[in-house]
Amino acid sequence: MNAPLLELKNIKKDFFGNQVLTDINLTLNEGEVLGLVGENGAGKSTLMKILFGMNVIRDTGGYGGDVLLNGQKVNFASPFDALAAGIGMVHQEFSLIPGFSATENILLNREPQKKSVVSEVFGQRLNTLDRSAMRKGASDAIEKMGVEIDGEMVINDMPVGHKQFTEIARELSKEQLKLLILDEPTAVLTEREAAALLDSIRGMSSRGIAVIFITHRLQEILNVCDKVVVMRDGEIVKDVAAQETNVTEITRWMVGRSVNAAAASHREPPESDTVMSIRRLWVDMPGETVRDVSLDVRRGEILGIGGLAGQGKLGIPNGVMGLYQAGGTVTFEGKEIPLNAPRKCLDSQLAFVSEDRRGVGLLLDESLEWNIAFPAMQIQDKFLKPLLGGLIKWRDEKAIADVTKRYIDELQIRCTSSRQKAKELSGGNQQKVCLAKAFALEPQFLFVSEPTRGIDVGAKALVLEALKKFNRESGVTIVMISSELEELRQICDRIAIVSGGRIAGILPATDSSEDFGALMVSQVV
Amino acid sequence: MSENVNKANRTFTDRARDAVQSFGLPRMIIAVFLLVLFIAAPFVGADFWTQVTNLFNRFSWNAVLVLAMVPMVHSGCGLNFGLPLGIISGLLGATLSIEWGFTGLASFVMAVLIATPFALLFGVGYGWLLNKIKGGEMMIATYVGFSSVSFMCMMWLLLPYHKPDMVWGLAGKGLRTTISLEGYYAGVLSRFLQIQIGKLVIPTGALLVFALLAFLMWAFLHTKTGTAMTAVGSNPTFARAAGINIDRTRMLSVVMSTWLAAVGILMYEQGFGFIQLYMAPFNMALPAVSAILIGGASVNKASIANVIIGTILFQGIVTMTPTVMNSMIHMDISEVIRIIVSNGMILYALTRRTEATR
Ligand SMILES: Nc1ncnc2c1ncn2[C@@H]1O[C@H](COP(=O)(O)OP(=O)(O)OP(=O)(O)O)[C@@H](O)[C@H]1O
Ligand SMILES: [Mg+2]
Repeated sequence: MNAPLLELKNIKKDFFGNQVLTDINLTLNEGEVLGLVGENGAGKSTLMKILFGMNVIRDTGGYGGDVLLNGQKVNFASPFDALAAGIGMVHQEFSLIPGFSATENILLNREPQKKSVVSEVFGQRLNTLDRSAMRKGASDAIEKMGVEIDGEMVINDMPVGHKQFTEIARELSKEQLKLLILDEPTAVLTEREAAALLDSIRGMSSRGIAVIFITHRLQEILNVCDKVVVMRDGEIVKDVAAQETNVTEITRWMVGRSVNAAAASHREPPESDTVMSIRRLWVDMPGETVRDVSLDVRRGEILGIGGLAGQGKLGIPNGVMGLYQAGGTVTFEGKEIPLNAPRKCLDSQLAFVSEDRRGVGLLLDESLEWNIAFPAMQIQDKFLKPLLGGLIKWRDEKAIADVTKRYIDELQIRCTSSRQKAKELSGGNQQKVCLAKAFALEPQFLFVSEPTRGIDVGAKALVLEALKKFNRESGVTIVMISSELEELRQICDRIAIVSGGRIAGILPATDSSEDFGALMVSQVV
Repeated sequence: MSENVNKANRTFTDRARDAVQSFGLPRMIIAVFLLVLFIAAPFVGADFWTQVTNLFNRFSWNAVLVLAMVPMVHSGCGLNFGLPLGIISGLLGATLSIEWGFTGLASFVMAVLIATPFALLFGVGYGWLLNKIKGGEMMIATYVGFSSVSFMCMMWLLLPYHKPDMVWGLAGKGLRTTISLEGYYAGVLSRFLQIQIGKLVIPTGALLVFALLAFLMWAFLHTKTGTAMTAVGSNPTFARAAGINIDRTRMLSVVMSTWLAAVGILMYEQGFGFIQLYMAPFNMALPAVSAILIGGASVNKASIANVIIGTILFQGIVTMTPTVMNSMIHMDISEVIRIIVSNGMILYALTRRTEATR
């Protein structure tokens, strides 16, 4: 009898006494696609890190239980061993090499090589890289996903969506792959792009490659997976065939209660004056270029901005907030806001939750307290105690701890304490920290970019509700950018669709999905 | 029952593991080694209390130089291999103070005051340079240190100093390599409130000055600006998005570091009793860098505790090993051993894994 491709037996893991996995048992056969779901912090990424031999696991005391590959017990000392054994992984928080281009990242360690006189003599380590073959290999891999990425673009300059694709392309182009782990690859993708990815997953499975697919978009699981494994608090609570279940049932298993997708409660869009007006905005954000955007935001509304990845929807907030080179005019409350000067925007009571939570959003090495309180402290002198008649602004640790605890409760951030380091939180909980940071600023105007990226179904309703409450009770005008149209339609009053770096149209959120779909592709470049 | 025992055992080993982990295994080993040296000292004929006194002294000479590492580490400029630049400011202060006729405590105070504008000036230039080449700070810092020392080697000869205590006797100009501080500020701080119990002598004044500077540093890191500095080092993009002016924050850290280095070398001289010119500043950077690394700092995290622990461990090992070894084999190779040990420690410190999450 053939042993299954992968078998996990009684896997246990704790982080310094904090038990995050208890007795995980799992089997996976060749060509099988397994959907792994669970709430934020359920332990999904941790389990995958164990499988992939990641250093964090060893640095924090290793794990218990056995991993069997083709019936052989394995214990990877590093991701390199896992790679050699035919395991590939797309990380939730990308693992790309910052200073390298997309091409170099995709083919890292597998570069096509050219022999030269030198290498004939001194061995193959001195082979030169075959640059043109590399470019070809990489662009093939990128093409497979049906997107366009400049292979020469350096990772640092990339928007998150491109990083995600680069990382996926790297895994797809591996030939000796037996098992592919995808940790929330679709979180920053629009439905259309996600569909392309799901297609390639099906393709792999038919070639006999097993796939573990983690996502919070449950419909995707039902679309491609053979079986669904549901985790809750570090345990597997359900392991069923995908045909035999549905989204509502999975949700119930995940959170232990039924969740009603927050009903889209629409109100009459507030007929108020314009609070921000954007004229002829261009933004030079690589991969998300904004060409010519003019847009009026009404006081007190929630305006959605949607569109396909790469069309420029992310460029708008990044440009207005001064994080990327921009031009044009932006007036807020009748005053012109200078571009390319983050401080000026922040001083005018604007705030921004970036889609790039690792790069821009978090101080990974610092505590939750610092992450949440820092912008408010620096911009508005909150959480500071004046000493010596205001000469010295002393950090008010107690006020900081209080505000942090408040948001931990309000957004149900799962952590061991408010002093825990941000890097130790699960992806979804990090996202909540980013939101809390903006809430603590109590701005008058808030840009939120992909606010529910990587957040589970239960928490998503919570986050959207929090945004709505923030808007209704504090009268904050919110501009929300998201690749998920459904989510925009749930809480926005109006939705602007960006296509080809321009606004293709603005419709009330109650219009049909088809209308929005048509706008999205209207001016694609 | 047995389960309970198991549990107790587990928590104990866990706790031990946590303790070792938080203190760091290498630091633990160095600390234990230092302890062994102290215990061994009396048996090989080196007086215990003399050794302790020695360590106190060494600490009071060097601690401020190590403290000078802290601001730049916090702002993400890395370890200040350009320490010689600050040291040169201090040397200018020292020599000018003597040249202009100050003596005793006044010569020390004036040296600090005169060194300050130099440190600010050099710090701003150095900071400007480091802001131009973000990412390669430590390499540029090394060059800056090296070239400033070389440049000053000429200047010490050429500058018109005349004080007979400082210039070459025959030529009547050009500063000597080593200048005695007797009658100037040798020991002015160490002797202040000095405590003497048998062979143990504690340089209270010098320790107090260090404590004051360390306290100010600690306090600074608790202010709004200090918090911003730490955030800049932790994630500059985050800080920028929160409206922080990255370049200005980094500049401030470089100026602080340079000034502390200037004060640090004056503290060193007052303890040591001599001013050392020419190539000497160049040999001060690496021990300070190593000390803070051994103290547990990483490339972008350093605390006052790291400074204190690091200075004690580094200076302890470097002074104790030669003494104990010498007494053991009755041969004077202390200089050789000192060089081997200090370079060994530097090498170890620099190869430590000190990267942080990005
Ligand atoms: N390095 C670490 N140190 C301490 N605790 C950690 C560390 N990494 C993860 N954890 C904890 O382990 C738990 C599980 O985290 P994990 O990342 O596996 O969640 P997840 O299921 O992937 O969630 P998400 O859907 O939000 O990505 C969390 O409570 C998290 O705080
Ligand atoms: Mg995760």
